[in-house]
Amino acid sequence: MSQEQEYIDIFEQNLALIKEPCAELLNEAREKAAIRFKATGFPGTKEENWLHSNVAKRFATDYGMNLGRVEVNTDRRTLFTCDVPNLNTHQAFIVNDTFRDGESGKKFPDGVILASLNRIAEESPSLLEPYYNTLAEQGDSIAQFNTMFAQDGIVLYIPKNTVVEETVQIVTLLQANVEMLSNRRLLVILEENSQASLLICDHSAMEKQTLSTQVTEIFIGRGAQLDLYELEETAYSNTRLSHLFVRQEADSRFGHSNITLTNGFTRNYISVSLEGKGAEADINGLVIGDKNQHTDNRTIVDHKTGNCNSNELYKYILDEQSTGVFAGKMLIRPDAQQTVSQQTNRNLCLTSDAHMYAQPQLEIYADDVKCSHGSTVGQLDDNALFYMQQRGIPADEARHLLMYAFAGEVIENIKIEALRDRLHMLVEKRLRGELNHCRTCALCK
Amino acid sequence: MKKKDNILKKIANKAYEFGFVSKIKTDIIDSGLNEDVIRLISKKKNEPSWLLEFRLEAYRHWLTLKMPTWAHLNIPPIDYQAISYYADPLKKSKEKNKEIDPELMKTFEKLGIPLEERLALSGTAVDAVMDSVSVKTTFKEELKEKGIIFCSMSEAVQEHPELVRQYLGTVVNYRDNFFAALNSAVFSDGSFAFIPKGVRCPRELSTYFRINAANTGQFERTLIVADDDSYVSYLEGCTAPMRDENQLHAAIVEIVVNNNAEVKYSTVQNWYPGDAEGKGGVYNFVTKRGDCRGKNSKLSWTQVETGSAITWKYPSCILRGDNSQGEFYSVALTNNYQQADTGTKMIHLGKNTRSTIISKGISAGKSQNSYRGLVRVSKNADGARNYSQCDSLLLGDKCGAHTFPYMDIHNNSAVIEHEATTSKISEDQLFYCNQRGIGTEEAIGLIVNGYAKEVLNKLPMEFAIEAQKLLSVSLEGAVG
Repeated sequence: MSQEQEYIDIFEQNLALIKEPCAELLNEAREKAAIRFKATGFPGTKEENWLHSNVAKRFATDYGMNLGRVEVNTDRRTLFTCDVPNLNTHQAFIVNDTFRDGESGKKFPDGVILASLNRIAEESPSLLEPYYNTLAEQGDSIAQFNTMFAQDGIVLYIPKNTVVEETVQIVTLLQANVEMLSNRRLLVILEENSQASLLICDHSAMEKQTLSTQVTEIFIGRGAQLDLYELEETAYSNTRLSHLFVRQEADSRFGHSNITLTNGFTRNYISVSLEGKGAEADINGLVIGDKNQHTDNRTIVDHKTGNCNSNELYKYILDEQSTGVFAGKMLIRPDAQQTVSQQTNRNLCLTSDAHMYAQPQLEIYADDVKCSHGSTVGQLDDNALFYMQQRGIPADEARHLLMYAFAGEVIENIKIEALRDRLHMLVEKRLRGELNHCRTCALCK
Repeated sequence: MKKKDNILKKIANKAYEFGFVSKIKTDIIDSGLNEDVIRLISKKKNEPSWLLEFRLEAYRHWLTLKMPTWAHLNIPPIDYQAISYYADPLKKSKEKNKEIDPELMKTFEKLGIPLEERLALSGTAVDAVMDSVSVKTTFKEELKEKGIIFCSMSEAVQEHPELVRQYLGTVVNYRDNFFAALNSAVFSDGSFAFIPKGVRCPRELSTYFRINAANTGQFERTLIVADDDSYVSYLEGCTAPMRDENQLHAAIVEIVVNNNAEVKYSTVQNWYPGDAEGKGGVYNFVTKRGDCRGKNSKLSWTQVETGSAITWKYPSCILRGDNSQGEFYSVALTNNYQQADTGTKMIHLGKNTRSTIISKGISAGKSQNSYRGLVRVSKNADGARNYSQCDSLLLGDKCGAHTFPYMDIHNNSAVIEHEATTSKISEDQLFYCNQRGIGTEEAIGLIVNGYAKEVLNKLPMEFAIEAQKLLSVSLEGAVG
């Protein structure tokens, strides 16, 4: 039996069970998604977008799925205490796929919602209806897979003209005694002229094989601003298949820093659609890989109207047998005149067993545009190393310094000072091989 | 602005000047493709049995393949049974009359290739291929003195079967892709060049391709072997008459470069691009590849692509020998409804191999122009170095320019750089020229030629002039 069929059977046989605890809004999308998933199945490695990531193989493990929503007894305090020091955040958790409240510093401004997706969909469906699954609907079969099985997740809703000053932090955790597959769903809505920054930390670290699909839909209204930081510190046994869909209206701003420090097999699909004039997107990424880590980042910035700016910077440091895949597409639609779009991708391969696949792409249908991309693969500069050694810095130390500086360019784009400092520290330790996880985390002890 | 548009339209719409049809008696076999047709072609060419076997194997493999769809092209379905796979413009005469049909000579005169006199002055040896068959090779005797073999493929099969057999299909296997399999099954003629050890070819070798007969496809095959320490510069040009239906051109070019040898391959491709409404035109689906087998070998591709309704090709270098070098210089221009998906592949296998890619795309009208290139550095290719630069220029707001580079790096000592930019001719530059009394259309020609100069400079002189002329015809002014 093919793997697709196995999951389709699970879906069909347990449909009542899946639907039972869920809001109508989630259930409605489910069956349509199933039709789309059936039509395509898991993508094969012959498909242009999946050439280097064999995702079907990742589904081969016999995972458990908590479709009956058995309560997992967890005290998240013992699981996770590594919040960023000096950073006051509104915290929330997604344990497996279930929303859990966290500690919060200040009270939210009026009207801001940070709550369980399923609960809000149940209580005020009209609020979420114009948004839920409207972007993910167009996604690939893995996004459809998520829609089929998603039962809960998180909503962050920020009403008009509201500024949330403290960072909202969402921590995703996995907790089970068996091989585990979970499907998370995040929905972020920023209405006109609102502002927020959101930090999503993925700590899905277990000894058992785990797989999580995550679909995040973000809607940024006219003049609104969102800074999104995604930090992955999972385990070698983890598979992360994430889809991020962003829709930006006029004069909105979206900043994204996507940092992968430790992981197993990661595929991040990031689609940013600029739909109003004057929208701006700033997309950054950093990957540090070793052992057999596999990190595939695929970004698409879709300039649907003119006068928008996008800027993209992705950097990879690949050690040992790790594999990096970067495919960044800039799509400039026929009427998107006056677009300024710039993409940079730089990669360091430290061993001859490390593999890098880079595909920066430009697809341009408008003429009054300034678009460029640059991509390099190489090693540390011998002259710089020699220069530093000449001045008494040992070779190893010099190499670390250079790598640290290489990664620094991405980290410098982070606007929250406390988080930036923390990341500097994490990256330095990561490069020295001193930590795979932060020291304070219970899992790492 | 309006006035400028009009000027531009006029120039952009300039007719295809090689669009005449020659009234030449042509021996065409019935359209359709099956094993009997292949046997017939092979029999007409009096081929040895191993070659027939090669063709049949390729054909049987082709039957198992489907036409690939991954390119950024919109290709209408092609009916392979509606094409005639063999057209011979030579007079049918049993005594092997070497006399060439005067009409045919006129055709080549019109194309600016007087086979005898003028070429003697310019010093280029030409092999002219019309429809399926090589009609004339010049300067053969002179080349022979140096031991250089330059003749049509059919002649090579008869006279140097051992060489052909040794090299044919070793660079582009018939299993390589859909069109390679098709070509291997039905190729009718082409050019063969062998440069022996230590010989520097005194003349530029040149092939001129022309499709004349209607409803035919052209499937030629070029094989160039440069033995140790040799050098050759090879030119290729192509034209076709204006016809309403699309014609298929699926050629293969194979190049073998041995130790310390150097091959320079230049193409000016000007197949009929179709009319302004996108009707007709040639489908140019070509597999070109060179194998730098020897140490310190060097292969340089230069192409100026202005013709064809659809261009789909990736002249590639396999850098197998240590210290071998690959170069790719390309100007691809699309106008009206033309489509191009072209670029190169640089496969680094040997140590200290180097490659350079300079690609300049120009799109005008409603055309789509894509660069697609692969740089692969294998695990043992220590010290590989690549530099790629792909620029696109957009003339008009209805066209598209796309860049799809692929970099697969499996060695940590590789240094790979890729950069691409896309923009239109800046208003500032135009204004500057206008201010100094240079008309808009002339200014555009000036700027575009400057833009493409880096590539045009790599062409041999006679070709550079032709290419510049071509660019100015097809290009000037498509700016709106």
